Parts: sequence; structure tokens; C-alpha cells
Amino acid sequence: MRLEPREHTPLAARLLAPVAAVVAALALCALLVAWTGAPVLRAYGLLLEGAAGSRFALTETLTRATPLILTGLAAAVAFRAKLWNIGAEGQLYMGALAAVVLGGGMLDLPAWLLLPTVMIAGAAAGGATLLGPAVLKVRFGVDEVVTTLLLNFIVLLLVSMLLEGALKDPMGMGWPQSAPVVEAAELPKLVERTRLHTGLLVALGLSALLWLIDTRTIWGYENRAVGANPRAAAFAGMPVTRVMLRTALLSGGLAGLAGVIEVCGLKGYLTLDLSPGFGYSGIVVAMLAQLHPVGVVGAAVFIAGIFVGADAMSRAMPVPNYIADVLVATSLLCMLVAGLLTRYRLRRG
Amino acid sequence: MELFQTILDILVSAAFWTAVLRIATPYILGTLGELLCERAGVLNLGIEGIMTMGAMAGWMAVYQGADLWTGVLVAALCGGLMGLLHATLTVPLGLSQHVAGIGVTLLGTSLSYFVYRLVLPQASTPPTVEPFQPLDLPGALAQTPMTYMALILVAVVAYVLYRTPVGLAVRMVGENPAAAEAQGLSVTAVRVGAVVAGSALMALAGAFLTLSAFNAFFFNMVNGRGWICIALVVFASWRPGKALLGALLFAAFDALQLRLQQVAGGVLPYQLFLMMPYLLSILALVLVARRASYPRALMIPYRKGER
Repeated sequence: MRLEPREHTPLAARLLAPVAAVVAALALCALLVAWTGAPVLRAYGLLLEGAAGSRFALTETLTRATPLILTGLAAAVAFRAKLWNIGAEGQLYMGALAAVVLGGGMLDLPAWLLLPTVMIAGAAAGGATLLGPAVLKVRFGVDEVVTTLLLNFIVLLLVSMLLEGALKDPMGMGWPQSAPVVEAAELPKLVERTRLHTGLLVALGLSALLWLIDTRTIWGYENRAVGANPRAAAFAGMPVTRVMLRTALLSGGLAGLAGVIEVCGLKGYLTLDLSPGFGYSGIVVAMLAQLHPVGVVGAAVFIAGIFVGADAMSRAMPVPNYIADVLVATSLLCMLVAGLLTRYRLRRG
Repeated sequence: MELFQTILDILVSAAFWTAVLRIATPYILGTLGELLCERAGVLNLGIEGIMTMGAMAGWMAVYQGADLWTGVLVAALCGGLMGLLHATLTVPLGLSQHVAGIGVTLLGTSLSYFVYRLVLPQASTPPTVEPFQPLDLPGALAQTPMTYMALILVAVVAYVLYRTPVGLAVRMVGENPAAAEAQGLSVTAVRVGAVVAGSALMALAGAFLTLSAFNAFFFNMVNGRGWICIALVVFASWRPGKALLGALLFAAFDALQLRLQQVAGGVLPYQLFLMMPYLLSILALVLVARRASYPRALMIPYRKGER
């Protein structure tokens, strides 16, 4: 058996690959569910019901999908240019930090001015966080995977330090949390009496915008060319370094925005558990979407559904809700194989 | 001046050096494991998850009644299995080593947490086991058997890598796989073998945490140690001896910051001290990056007949 490159990948194969990967992941994790002694079909039924079985469940899933769309886009644009940004988690927290600093009453602006200001500042904070590793990569050849990963830990410690120090809420009963953002910095609700907020529209708009940039502008063309083959791109006269740094700012900015939107749309203040690993799940989202900006939306809703549904399922039966994380990880690995099969075919001999 | 005196006091105390060796042990084992994978040309970002897996599996085996060394063996086996998964994806299938590694880390971590929660559904205070005890030796030599095992493994890996045909094969597939193939070696077999063995070593690093350094399994207990090991491999220019040196140097800084934290804790936030290891790793990477001599085929998948 050997792998032979396909000359042409049919569109159907590209669309089918993530579906096949998810089915395979569900089948593999069924073994794990069966091992716990719970009835597998009922468990998956409860998961689906918890994720999409009611108006409330659906809005919860979309609420959870909102930051995942943004971190998914962050991973997608970076991976496209072969910039391995694994630091979206840290960039998200830097964005959230900017949101509580500027939105916590420091700026006395009307909502229509304050919200965009906070968002731009959060995106800038996230972008600046990734710019460091990107500069180290292009200037000194330092591998960005390790530096972005290590920065996640540094940022979390920085946040912890500020939440116990300068940013600590005096009314917070001693908990390490920031003061809430002012009302003018809160994102309006999208559906009344649910947690779903207009941050979702921002995420959807950015996904469409990135798709346009990707397919209709020189920027997008350069990004893809540098990702496909940096030497060839340089030979064709493209500013490879500038493209890298631009991608870093964009990717980090998207992750930073995810932090702003979680604070201003959902939580209202910053704690150390703002993100249950949105940065890392974003990588899975991007891979399931095959790095396509519009596909990211679908993948994010799916991953969000798994997390929300698994929480509901584990309340009803003795299956730990970590099954969601296992499912997500397995989906990623299955997606890698499915993606390979769209690019290669198996040949005997 | 006062600070200088404090540091000097710390450096001459035997307790400090005992701590250095203890802190260094998981870094020695993890770095050694990653080094073996990378020498064969495969970057293994699964390290963080494999360490978590080793920590959980080893501890769980002992908690279920196995003796300590059986626990160590179970950890190594689980690590080897995770390594086999990573190797299958990256060597014969030639998938992105970055993404596959992240996937293995996510899977190893989540699977460990899942199993732990399944077996112990409502443990609020983590249950404990009787861990390895330090040997009855004077001063800083009073270490647990796993620390000595780690030191012996450095010598073993160095010997195998530089003095045996197997080691030559590993280095060859990491430098020039086409030449190795021409010599009649199976690049796939050598790479898979190296990744499995390296991953078993990473799992030992995890098992040290739950069976030697502490006596229980905590969530997030690996806490980025795996990523630091990856930085240490670069720092050590892919040499086992330098890896030992790097791990010891790193642990010395870590032990020093722990003690300074006790002295200066009231003045500076403790988080600043906790940041030190991560900042130090980045600094080390920047310092050596210019003259780092990567194994030439690192991260390049090898398919027969394809260039």
C-alpha cells in the first residue's frame, strides 16, 4: 500500500472529509462511553438534545460558538501562512485584559464610541502578543510553536497577578476578579432572556470579511502564496517577512477580540477561568474547517455543541463531561487523516 | 548586596541542591524523550499530553494496588502507545507534525482527565498513594530511585545514540533519510521506533510527578513542563549530555526562584517568580537559535520515491 497524490480534489470530497472525520470520532468515543457502562445511543441522544434540543440549548451553543469562531479564524489565518500560532489562549486573555482596563470606567464615552474603541484595543493587545514570537521567528529563527505556547503560561500568570493586584475588584468579596465593565461597554443581547449576544454578529461578519480578503485581494493571495511555499513567494518578489508579521497581527488580533467579546458580551468582568481552552479548541475548529474562513463558523458551532451537549449529558448519566474534550481531540486526529485522503489516494503495491 | 548574600546562602545549602536534582528529574526524562524523537526527524508536540498520561496512568495503577515499579512500567507503556499514535500519523502517513502533536496532546490530556474522573467521580481532595522514598544517602544524594533512573537513562541514551548501530540508524534517518534508505534501512521502522521509545521516556517524566515528587494526581499538574522540555532540546543542541546539563541549570534557576519567593514574597508578587521558568526558556531559545544545528530532516516527512 502506498499513497499517491491526487491531481484534483473534488469539492464533494472536501465537504465530506469533516463529516467523515466527525462520524469516525463519534464511533471511536462510543467505545469509551460504552466502557463507562452508559447506553451509548441514549448518551449521544442526550448530547444532541443538550446541544440543540430546545431554544435555550441552541442559544447556549451559539453563545459558546462565538469565541470559538474567532479563535478558529485566528488559527486558520495563521496556519494558512504556516505561522504556527498555538498561543491564541494567551492572546485571548490579553484582549480581555484590555477590555476590562479600558471598559472598566477609565474612558467616559458613549456606547457607540466605547465599544469599538475597546474592541480595537483588545485586538491590538492580542496582535501585539503574537507579534513578539513572530518577530523572533523572522529575525532570529526561533520556533514560534514553543514561544507562543510558553507565552500562554506567562500571560495567565500576568492576569493572575493583576487580578490580585492593580485590577482587583474591591467589591469582589476577595475573589481574584476584575471590576465589571461599565454599561456602555456591554454588547447588547441578541435574543432577550438568553445569554446570546451581538458578539456573534461580529464573529460572523469577520468570517465573511476574511473570506473576501482571502479570495478577492492581493493580501489574501500573498498570504496563501507565502504559506504554500515561502521561497517561491520570495522569488516572485513578495515581501515574505511583512506578510508573516501582518498575519501575526491579524491572527493575534482575532484571538484578542474573542477575549473582548467574552468579557463585554457574556461575563462582564475578567476572571482566570474566562476561557475553558478556547484558544486550543480554536485549532481544532480551524482544522475541521480545512482553514476556510466560512467553514470555521460551521466547525465552531459543532465544537460548541459538543461542549454544551456533553455538560447536559454528564448531568444525566455517569459519563464525565471530559468526554467532550476527548471527542474534540479525536475529531482533530480523524480530520487529519480525512484531509490526507482528499489529497492522496491509496494505491496497492 | 543583601540580595547577593541571600542568593549565596541559598546556593551553599544542601537542601537547595537536593531540590535542584528533584526538580530537574522530569525535565531530564522529558528532554531525553523529545530529543530521541527529534533526532529521528520527528517533532513530538504530544509531549505535554503524554506526560499527563504517564502521570495519571502510573498513579492510577499504583492506586489500584500495583507496586510502584509496575506503575512506572504502566506509565511507560501508555506513553509508548501514545507515541505509536503520533508516529503512525506523522511517519507512514506524513501528516503535519505540528498539528498531529497538538492533537496527541489534547487527546492525552483529555483522556487522562476522563479516566481519572470516571474512576474517582467525586474526589474533592485527591486521594494519595505511598510514593517512592529518597534513598538513605548523605546530602543532595538523598534522591528517590526515579531520579537515579533518569541519570542512568541519560548515559544509556547517549551510549545507544553514539556507540551502537541502532543509534547510527536513528541519527541517519533524522539527517538524511534517503541515504538511510539506500543503506537498506527502513526509515519508517526506525522513526516509529524512536518516537515510541521517546514517548515512553516522556511518560516516565509524568510518572515521576505523581509517584515520586508528589503522591497524587492533580489536573493541570504537568503545567507546561513538556513545552519547556522542547525548548531544552534546542538549548542542548540535540545532545543527551547537554540536555542533562540544561535540565540541571534550568532546575537550579527554578529552585532559586522558589527560595527567593519565600524571602522576597512580601515585596514582589509571587506570579513574577512563577513566570521565570517560561521567560527563561524563551530567552534560552533566542540565545541559541542563531547557531542551532537542527537535525536536517526534522519535520520533513519521508515518502519513498518522493522528493
